Amino acid sequence: MANVDLSELKAAGASAYTPGRVHSLESMGTVDGPGIRFVVFCQGCPMRCAYCHNPDTWEVNAGETVTVEQIMHAFESNRAFYKNGGITVTGGEPLLQPEFVADLFGAAHAAPAGRVHTCLDSCGYAYAPDHPERFDRLLSETDLVLLDIKHADAEGHKRLTGRSPERILAFGDELARRNIKVVIRHVVVPGITDTVEECEKLGQLVAPWRNVVGLEMLPYHTLGVVKYEKLGIPYPLEGVPQMDKARMPELRAAVMRAMKEARAQS
Amino acid sequence: MQEAWEGFTGGNWQIEVDVRDFIQRNYTPYEGDESFLAGPTERTKDLWNTVLGLLEEERKKGGVLDMDTKVVTGITAHPAGYINKDEETIVGLQTDKPLKRALHVNGGIRIAMQAAAQHGYEIDPEVVDIYTNKRKTHNAGVFDVYKPEMRACRSAHIITGLPDGYGRGRIIGDYRRVALYGVDFLIKDKQAQKASTPSVMTEANIRDREELAEQIRALQQLIKLGEIYGFDISRPARNVQEAIQWTYFAYLAAVKDQNGAAMSMGRTSTFIDIYAERDLARGTFTEEQIQEFVDHFIMKLRMVKFARTPEYQNLFSGDPQWVTESIGGMGVDGRTLVTKTAFRYLHTLENMGTSPEPNLTVLWSTRLPQAFKEFCAKTSIASSSIQYENDDLMRVYHGDDYAIACCVSSMRVGKEMQFFGARANLAKCLLYALNGGVDEVSKKQVGPKYRPVVGDTLDYDDVIDKYKDMMKWLAGVYVNSLNIIHYMHDKYCYEAIQMALHDKHVHRWFATGIAGLSVVADSLSAIKYAKVHPVRDENGVIVDFDIEGDFPKYGNDDDRVDQIAHDVVHQFMEYIRRNDTYRNSVPTTSVLTITSNVVYGKNTGSTPDGRKAGVPFAPGANPMHKRDTHGAISSLSSVAKLPFRDAQDGISNTFSIIPGALGKEDQVFFGDIDLSTADIQIENPVCSACDTDSSAPEGAEDR
Repeated sequence: MANVDLSELKAAGASAYTPGRVHSLESMGTVDGPGIRFVVFCQGCPMRCAYCHNPDTWEVNAGETVTVEQIMHAFESNRAFYKNGGITVTGGEPLLQPEFVADLFGAAHAAPAGRVHTCLDSCGYAYAPDHPERFDRLLSETDLVLLDIKHADAEGHKRLTGRSPERILAFGDELARRNIKVVIRHVVVPGITDTVEECEKLGQLVAPWRNVVGLEMLPYHTLGVVKYEKLGIPYPLEGVPQMDKARMPELRAAVMRAMKEARAQS
Repeated sequence: MQEAWEGFTGGNWQIEVDVRDFIQRNYTPYEGDESFLAGPTERTKDLWNTVLGLLEEERKKGGVLDMDTKVVTGITAHPAGYINKDEETIVGLQTDKPLKRALHVNGGIRIAMQAAAQHGYEIDPEVVDIYTNKRKTHNAGVFDVYKPEMRACRSAHIITGLPDGYGRGRIIGDYRRVALYGVDFLIKDKQAQKASTPSVMTEANIRDREELAEQIRALQQLIKLGEIYGFDISRPARNVQEAIQWTYFAYLAAVKDQNGAAMSMGRTSTFIDIYAERDLARGTFTEEQIQEFVDHFIMKLRMVKFARTPEYQNLFSGDPQWVTESIGGMGVDGRTLVTKTAFRYLHTLENMGTSPEPNLTVLWSTRLPQAFKEFCAKTSIASSSIQYENDDLMRVYHGDDYAIACCVSSMRVGKEMQFFGARANLAKCLLYALNGGVDEVSKKQVGPKYRPVVGDTLDYDDVIDKYKDMMKWLAGVYVNSLNIIHYMHDKYCYEAIQMALHDKHVHRWFATGIAGLSVVADSLSAIKYAKVHPVRDENGVIVDFDIEGDFPKYGNDDDRVDQIAHDVVHQFMEYIRRNDTYRNSVPTTSVLTITSNVVYGKNTGSTPDGRKAGVPFAPGANPMHKRDTHGAISSLSSVAKLPFRDAQDGISNTFSIIPGALGKEDQVFFGDIDLSTADIQIENPVCSACDTDSSAPEGAEDR
């Protein structure tokens, strides 16, 4: 993502909403949810995924402040482009700012020119199972969640992301309970998440969630390496090659097969 | 009704020349898919293979297969030429041999000599003598009249690409008229027009009568051109093969006569389809035969070539002619103008493989039939050879029988024409405003000696004031240079056959152009929202800038700077409009430079936006490279704010995108149709016709 001078947006007066800390805005997102989408990249992430291609969004105290009004203004001025799309909030990790995202999605749903589809792209780690009420308003305004499952195995998850997966699974359960549509995302990294076994495990893991409507297998790429160099952070997956795209259909089929089998048995 | 018109619904078109009326009363909109299409015949494959062989040979010989150095071109200058006479269903070549380039000298003899020399040819000394000493050229006429100031502006590159060397192009004859009426009818019409001119012989009336006489003579030659190939085109076409052949002969006469930078075809598919439908109903021809006629016609358009100089060819990759054919669109009555023949034209890209020429241009409307949209998309993916333009926007101004000349210049066929007018460099103009008319590269006083800016920080209001004065001056020099050019072109290089295929009363556009718009917008934004300190050389000429702070940049959907870009276009047009234009033509402008933005940048010093001397401008109306940081929609929205009302000759935004960035290549949602995941690399051919530099290069002036 390029650096964005948010002062370029329409100067904000006093906002009626919780402001957001964002890394950048993208007016033509085509890979984060259906259709053409206005994408808000939140600043700050609690995860440290080894393959993260946006390390510049990690730091919680960086980024710029932006208001819901500014985002809605930018969206509305080009509404025609987003006819079959909507607004996606990604990151960083949006769940670190549940109030802001809830306000934004609420405003999108209540937009005078017509309801705007809302999509949350999250890894779920910032979800607090002990305090689901903090996320109640946000989730009631969310139409679709792109849920990243980094690794199907708890140990593997910890190795890959530095965090254990309990909260993420709790978040998945909550989405299932609320019956919010979910697309599972899974990054396939050579030597780490590219085995049929791991993919089958993933299928079993998500099988109970009947609200899952899609599965997106993302082949690992090395486009983020430059950013690590710029930020002076050592690249954790140094030497790992890009994922061979030719293997993706096979691995996707493995997840699907395991999911179907698990569902048939339950 | 005469035999050729049997089965057609009559109307005003039978009484006077009115092709649109004929189309509207007789065409059959087609909303179906492409399943009816026929593949190439053996003859088509064979002919195209022969042409491919010749093209390969041409490449091997360094770009030109053969060149005429003795016979000055004209409608009837050459005997018949064929690829393979027995196999061709549509005939006619520019000279007597395929790909042999004709000798055009009316634009300028020196430039023709350079073009020949570049490819190792020498023009017959007698021809050179005639066009140097006995018969004046367009170029000689222009240089007789240019003022020193105009020449200075030309060499300083503040005005460039002036069409003072080749033909100006950008005129589309209504070639369909020849098929519908036959040439005799058109001659009678022109004779009546001549007879109806006022009897007081003012200069304008004298010119009108002389031009009509030239047009009638050109039409008589057109009949002869038909005879050379064994056809009687004095009468109307009787079937679809003749309709295509007659239409092509008319176009062929135009490219035999003129070597304009863009010799566009027009909008013929809906017209031709009427004949195709009649022949299918009558059983005269099969679908396969009709497709063969279309293939052979398009094959001929692929072979149109001109002799050009190295300067000209360096500007382009390949050898483009901008034989633009406009396809589809919607009618003002709500019916689509897409017919089966629209499909047949596009299908040539499959039958004979992809090709940049003719420049097949789909007039796109959101209301085009879905099946046609899908066919266009499929053909685009397979060929990367279709251009799309906004019919919904242009129909408002030009109705539903307009066509595109060059790449974006829209004009009603046979009713409007354009005086092509290159570009003014508005970024350099801003530097002239700061430096009081002194050129920042040559340090010569090119512009008027206005007061330069003083002080260490540029003041926005002061700069705007000075910039307006300098734009006013530039608009004046520019329009007046063009007035000379078009006067001389009409006088020494008149497009008689193309104008013969126009109405008597022609609406003339005076097409100017702008280069460096995003540089100017960002520069003014920097002066307004940041602090810009000029850096002066030892003579006090500003040669660079220090910028303190940040500023809004064009390309981010930010009104603060987008409004500046909008206002610059509008303001410059206002100054253009204050000048008298040749033949009461209506001024408009374009923001189109697509490859010459590099050359403009090379000849322009550092600018207040932080762009360094020599760095290329952004193409057309594009934001400067890497300054649009909010994604494609914000970038496009900034460009879309430019006033089309002022820039009716076109606003271009060059944009390429990898397929992966257009959406997921792989399946995401369960139950989704599994879209093809083929790894397609699209390399969009850059359309740079609008940038064609038709000016005589250094040393190729006839005076």
